[in-house]
Amino acid sequence: MNIFSIPANVAVSDTGFVFLPTTGETFTLNEIGKEILRMLQQNKNLDEITEIILENYDIDRMSLEKDINDFLAQLKNYSLLVEV
Amino acid sequence: MNIAITGLNATDNPGPGVPLIRSIKAHPDFSGKIIGFIYDSLEPGIYMDDVADIKYLIPYPSSGLEILYERICAIHQKEKLDLIIPSLDSELYGFVKLKDRLEDLGIKTFLPTLEHLNIRAKDKLFDFCKTHGINAPKNILLTSPNDINNIPKDFEYPLVVKGIFYDAYIANNIEEVKTAFNKMTAKWGYPIIIQEFIKGAEFNVVGLGDGTGATIGAVPMKKLYITDKGKGWAGITIEDDKLLNLSKMIIEKSKWKSGLELEFIKSEKSNEYYLLEINPRFPAWVYLAPSAGQNLPYALLDLAFGKQVEPFNNYTVGTIFVRASWDLITDIKAFEKIAVLGEI
Repeated sequence: MNIFSIPANVAVSDTGFVFLPTTGETFTLNEIGKEILRMLQQNKNLDEITEIILENYDIDRMSLEKDINDFLAQLKNYSLLVEV
Repeated sequence: MNIAITGLNATDNPGPGVPLIRSIKAHPDFSGKIIGFIYDSLEPGIYMDDVADIKYLIPYPSSGLEILYERICAIHQKEKLDLIIPSLDSELYGFVKLKDRLEDLGIKTFLPTLEHLNIRAKDKLFDFCKTHGINAPKNILLTSPNDINNIPKDFEYPLVVKGIFYDAYIANNIEEVKTAFNKMTAKWGYPIIIQEFIKGAEFNVVGLGDGTGATIGAVPMKKLYITDKGKGWAGITIEDDKLLNLSKMIIEKSKWKSGLELEFIKSEKSNEYYLLEINPRFPAWVYLAPSAGQNLPYALLDLAFGKQVEPFNNYTVGTIFVRASWDLITDIKAFEKIAVLGEI
């Protein structure tokens, strides 16, 4: 199972505004993006995140897993996420 | 204390004078008078409230050192100058040469030596980097139009074509190299520098060296907005130990004395920093440094007066500057004063 972690220096505000201090880059997350990032910060694994979202949102498992994987790939691409 | 500062040309290619004055005046211990040295009666800093207390026209560096020295003597008689901080590349060589004579008048400076100015010159920087193991884009010097045809094959397009003092163009083929070459030799003379183009994001560092190799302070910044002239119009302080340590190493190896700006590019390909330039003075965005917790211009003042200055260790990451255009309105009388009397 993949375990992801958000680097300690990545700052995420309550509004979903993300600041990467090493590069000066900033990002804006929507509500669900913010929620996933928060869960990653709480060290939840991919299965736990998937189950929580399935419980709270009207979405099928296959679409959700695809969306989460796309989102994680984007986070990794921007150095906001590392695989541990 | 009476401090003279140049570079009040707060235009779209701004000099560092106005932010230097803002920084010094923002320090709680500062009490004194700021004398603005100006080259043109339309330098915007002249007309800004609460910047320089009095402004004097001085001759352009091209007028010769004696004329500049005489003008400074005349101003000194009226103002009893304690320190001059020149802030423009083009005037630094002149002020460095006048340093001892100014000292004899009781006017301090805090400047690099001619030797140190030379090692960071655009045509010498590559050698300095090579000696100290610092990544720098490879370059060659062109000293005649014929040299264009002899650019080595390992220099792939696009290439950067740079003037010896200012200006840089990106050329995608030999024809564009020729056009840029002709433009720049007409303006700045020889040699022309052909430099490897490194694709990546630009990072700059403002720093202050004490002349012994020690770094008094350094603040790295990522440009957030770049104008069509390549000037940073907005930027943010960043946290990057690698960049900071590299900057301190450059200050150490060059034994830099004075403020400086280091320009880097972080290669998209290798993720390594490449040193593009060492600018021998504080940059026009220097006000970001005191805003982030390191008042480097005021520290320079202390160093110039022989005080012990503790190095800065911290700064606030995420401090942003955004430059603005702002029309200043003034009366024709003010313009007349500076144009006719040379002071206001």
